[in-house]
Amino acid sequence: MKRAILLVLLCLLPAACNDMGRQPRSDSDEPSKLFADGKALQAPPEGTLARDDPARMAALQNRPPLTPALLQRGAERYAIYCTPCHGLTGDGHGRIPSRGFPQPPSFHEARLKAAPSRHFVDVITAGYGAMYSYSDRIEPRDRWAIAAYIRALQISQSMPASALDEDERRRLEESGS
Amino acid sequence: MAQIFTASADTRLRAMLLMAAAALVLAIVAGYASQGYGTVVGWVRDQPVPFSHRHHAGDLGIDCRYCHGAVETSSRAGFPATHVCMTCHSQIWTNAGMLAPVRLSLAQDKPLIWQRVSKLPDYVYFNHSAHVAKGVPCVTCHGRIDRMPLTAAAHSFHMNWCLDCHRNPGPALRPPGEVTRMDWSGWDDSVESHRQYAALRVRVEHIDPVKLTQCNVCHR
Ligand code: HEC
Ligand code: HEC
Ligand code: HEC
Ligand code: HEC
Ligand code: HEC
Ligand code: HEC
Repeated sequence: MKRAILLVLLCLLPAACNDMGRQPRSDSDEPSKLFADGKALQAPPEGTLARDDPARMAALQNRPPLTPALLQRGAERYAIYCTPCHGLTGDGHGRIPSRGFPQPPSFHEARLKAAPSRHFVDVITAGYGAMYSYSDRIEPRDRWAIAAYIRALQISQSMPASALDEDERRRLEESGS
Repeated sequence: MAQIFTASADTRLRAMLLMAAAALVLAIVAGYASQGYGTVVGWVRDQPVPFSHRHHAGDLGIDCRYCHGAVETSSRAGFPATHVCMTCHSQIWTNAGMLAPVRLSLAQDKPLIWQRVSKLPDYVYFNHSAHVAKGVPCVTCHGRIDRMPLTAAAHSFHMNWCLDCHRNPGPALRPPGEVTRMDWSGWDDSVESHRQYAALRVRVEHIDPVKLTQCNVCHR
């Protein structure tokens, strides 16, 4: 009798294991015994060129044509990566500087208004002073898009209200700024 | 009168009680295992750094994609590299003991090991970019992350939960540009106009619930 019970219990035991959920593969955020540094996600060896690197370098060299779609993309990327510090209008009063991060310059100062778009692309690519590089997260084409949007911000902040047409002026007044 | 209880009745009763107890233990263990420790809703885990989404995504208003940048282009959202933390913490809270593991990680070039709170079993295929491109917002699956001082799962990712949406994805669709928005209370109020929006989006995007519920979409 005892033996029979044990046998039944033994047969039931596998039901408690769910091995399918842990398969012998590594997700990118998991550790792995395969490599000396213990990471599943390996950095490519020094000097490796990715297949699309020439295309990315070309995209960094050549400024894409200015289109409404590019500006929109720039506005979206700017909001994600730059507003925390440079603020929505580019005046440098984002939330992070208000918590003690060094104050970034305003994009509306004369020096940065006169700077070529390439300067903004270079700052995103290589960083500048206390600001780190964002090249790991912003594709070359998007860097140009952000530069274009900064140009639009610069124009928007120095535009006299008289230059707007009737409809735009009404919307400006309604928005109260 | 015949005896009601035979001589072996005691043994049989004991055996039955033992089996019942064993079945109960098995049921609990199996239920626990299928949920997976890591996917229990509302549980937080010990993290190397007590990282707070409420602080960073809520109060400071940092977009999810600042840290989970791969979410739009790849199947995984991924975790931020240590130097992403350092874009800010190289200058602020530079001496905080709480952030010592982050600085150590950068100095030693060893990644921080975050404990997962919402993980699928390995036999399920999931893809973030497919959902984000169609405008399924993060909050639908991960809840109010921006209110979590420590991260916890908002839903247990069971198959029926995925299927509930795949059978009728329309009402979950939002403008793709606003996927990281957390508060949709204004949207949910105007029911009628958004019913039309849902129907239109499903048509325009060619979303077919019949295809979305086939097994090989998620088990491949
Ligand atoms: C973590 C905060 C932070 C973020 C995010 C940030 N910056 Fe900066 N940025 C700074 C600081 C601080 C400076 C001033 C650096 C210095 O002078 O040492 C600066 C300087 C600049 C400058 C001025 C360079 C000059 O010639 O004076 C440009 C242009 C710039 N940032 C562009 C960007 C763009 C574009 C983004 C978004 C992709 C961005 N920044 C995101 C903090 C930030
Ligand atoms: C400042 C960087 C940062 C920002 C901004 C950020 N996160 Fe995170 N996120 C992290 C880190 C670090 C972790 C790992 C630690 C943890 O689980 O709390 C994480 C973990 C998560 C997890 C848990 C995954 C798991 O299985 O354990 C989810 C879900 C998540 N983030 C979603 C979001 C969403 C949605 C947003 C936007 C509202 C967001 N994150 C904004 C850094 C960030
Ligand atoms: C865009 C800037 C930014 C990034 C990126 C960032 N932080 Fe922070 N973090 C802050 C600021 C600002 C504070 C302090 C806010 C204050 O003083 O109220 C802070 C505070 C903290 C604290 C203190 C405890 C708390 O929440 O109050 C911890 C821990 C922390 N961050 C961890 C991290 C980790 C880990 C990462 C990388 C995944 C990260 N941070 C990325 C800006 C950032
Ligand atoms: C349709 C539901 C859904 C949506 C929408 C969604 N996620 Fe996820 N997320 C998941 C699932 C499921 C997992 C677990 C994946 C796994 O374990 O393989 C996950 C995992 C994660 C993780 C952990 C790391 C990883 O890549 O596995 C992070 C971080 C994350 N999501 C962030 C986000 C952000 C940010 C958004 C919005 C831009 C988002 N998610 C939108 C379902 C979703
Ligand atoms: C709130 C709604 C919603 C939830 C919840 C949801 N999905 Fe989806 N899923 C969608 C939509 C919408 C699509 C896009 C359909 C299309 O592109 O035609 C999609 C597409 C997919 C695809 C196809 C991707 C491709 O490569 O074509 C997979 C795989 C998938 N979902 C897996 C899952 C899994 C696994 C879960 C549960 C963990 C889940 N989904 C939960 C709405 C949802
Ligand atoms: C929308 C995605 C999706 C589709 C479609 C789907 N599944 Fe699943 N399936 C899942 C997820 C997610 C899990 C993991 C559930 C869990 O962890 O509890 C799962 C788990 C399972 C399991 C394991 C259950 C367990 O408890 O171990 C089986 C078996 C399964 N699915 C069969 C099927 C079959 C058969 C079909 C087609 C009729 C199907 N699935 C279609 C997402 C899906």
